[in-house]
Amino acid sequence: MAVRIEQEEHHIIAHLSGEIDHHSAKEMRETIDFSVESALPETLTLDFKDVTFMDSSGIGLVMGRYKLMQSMNGSVQVCNVSDHIRRVMRLAGLDKLAVIEK
Amino acid sequence: MNTLNQMKLSFLSRSANEGFARVAVAAFFAQLDPTVDEIADIKTAVSEAVTNCIVHGYAEKIGVVYIHAKILKDNIISVKIRDQGRGIEDVKQAMEPMFTTCKNGERAGLGFAVMQSFMDSVKVSSKPGKGTTVILKKKIASRENNAQ
Repeated sequence: MAVRIEQEEHHIIAHLSGEIDHHSAKEMRETIDFSVESALPETLTLDFKDVTFMDSSGIGLVMGRYKLMQSMNGSVQVCNVSDHIRRVMRLAGLDKLAVIEK
Repeated sequence: MNTLNQMKLSFLSRSANEGFARVAVAAFFAQLDPTVDEIADIKTAVSEAVTNCIVHGYAEKIGVVYIHAKILKDNIISVKIRDQGRGIEDVKQAMEPMFTTCKNGERAGLGFAVMQSFMDSVKVSSKPGKGTTVILKKKIASRENNAQ
């Protein structure tokens, strides 16, 4: 499973794993959105610890979740980002959109 | 001949092949002993170009994506990624960061920006109805050229 959802009160953590590309992003997106839309959390954390590769599809994934959370007055946090993935995210200015923790 | 080694690859424009394509290209260039960062750069740029062929070039239909990877003199690598899909009307516009034809907001419009950032040069040629060719080049800074 490419996404493992951990749910706490008002808070969802989505642990992503493997490679994020156009092919895999769809399933990840659907899994995350399903749990967000049913739990309506205040914050969503995207954990990149076990992500081994990401192209710009991952930017779309974060941006889309940011918009979804924003529509519910919630926020998105991104954590455990490797240097390479951080470079891809910086290109998109995602560091200004979501809180990126090391 | 400036080409020291080369390989060609063709596969159907199914999204499951995105991972295969970038790994195959990276594996070919492994003979140059690139750094981990260089491999990640190449994989990411190839992934963007191949995804463009699949998502935009062929869109709803299935076609063939062609890759021609070369090792040139002075540790320079070249990857040509080509489709025979619908082509791009305005290449300049397509290459602008954040430009996207995707309406649901799940594609960032940063494919070319990523390629330009991670490679030394990106050349795009396209004809509407005929397809698109992207040529990526990068100098591998690592060790001596082992391919000779």
